[in-house]
Amino acid sequence: MADSHGAVAEHAEHSPHLRHHFDSMEQQFDSATLGMWVFLLTEIMFFGGMFGAYTVYRSMYPEAFASTSLHMNPAFGAANTAVLIVSSLTMALAVRSARLGSNKALQIFLVLTMIFGIAFLVIKGFEYHEHWVDNKVPLFPDQWHHWDYSNDAEHPHQAQFGRQAQILFCFYFFMTGFHAVHMLVGVGIMITILMMARRGVFSHKYFTPVEISGLYWHFVDIVWIFLFPLLYLIGNARKLI
Amino acid sequence: MHSVPSVRTYVTIWAILTVMTFATYYIAQIDLGQWNIVIALLIAFFKMSLVIFFFMNLKAESPLTKLFAAGGFFWMILLLGQFFVDYMSRTWMPGGKMW
Repeated sequence: MADSHGAVAEHAEHSPHLRHHFDSMEQQFDSATLGMWVFLLTEIMFFGGMFGAYTVYRSMYPEAFASTSLHMNPAFGAANTAVLIVSSLTMALAVRSARLGSNKALQIFLVLTMIFGIAFLVIKGFEYHEHWVDNKVPLFPDQWHHWDYSNDAEHPHQAQFGRQAQILFCFYFFMTGFHAVHMLVGVGIMITILMMARRGVFSHKYFTPVEISGLYWHFVDIVWIFLFPLLYLIGNARKLI
Repeated sequence: MHSVPSVRTYVTIWAILTVMTFATYYIAQIDLGQWNIVIALLIAFFKMSLVIFFFMNLKAESPLTKLFAAGGFFWMILLLGQFFVDYMSRTWMPGGKMW
């Protein structure tokens, strides 16, 4: 390994994966897991800020948010929730296979997790495309007249919601967008872990990278668990508007 | 190092999560007034707990890791709590109910 002091005998009895500054593999594993949780805490605060801002604006404009939410497609949202939960299952099974030292099963479950992750992004892409076609992307001021519902006889109260509807769509694109970026990163991590698994890096004695990648993947799943009801389903029971 | 949960455990958790997703969807179609958001969030927190304790296997982690995980939620509650105390007390602004 990295040292040239002839300390070969000292290395002989422990795993080549054990770094010098750790006493044991257990300590190294616990430290890596703790470090990953600390990173996830920063992620909780990152998404937490957006959820907080969302709640403030939703309490200010509850009717506008409820009626605008009807423009989201809950079928896409529900499908993506299901896809993500299955991917979390395959990720958990990948970590389990790594713990048991089954390299073949590990690779299969990693590929499955990756496929479900990509499926999520493809569904999300169709959804974004639908919003783009419907002029629901709050980017272009010259398109904003499409947000005015004043000519809609069925929804006379929505005239006032044109500008406020954009607020929910801003939150929608920021929150799902940052979530999708996390999914992209997750797929990249899956590719890296898969290549490491193919090189035979992992065994039942050393699977730390698989474990902490799993923690990341499950975290991204948890964010979506909250995004789904908060973005897609807030207006469905309130068709009065 | 750690005990390895069985495949049956993972599949059971997945099944509960899927059922809860359908529950979230269908309960959202019923007008329960203020209770819609309460129930939706309760289900979401329940689903999150299942993912954290079983898929992320937090129950088998070291006490220090558990403390850190709990600390994250503590800070989150502080952040959101201060947020809401501030905005809910701005009587000159629209809204004001958490709905």
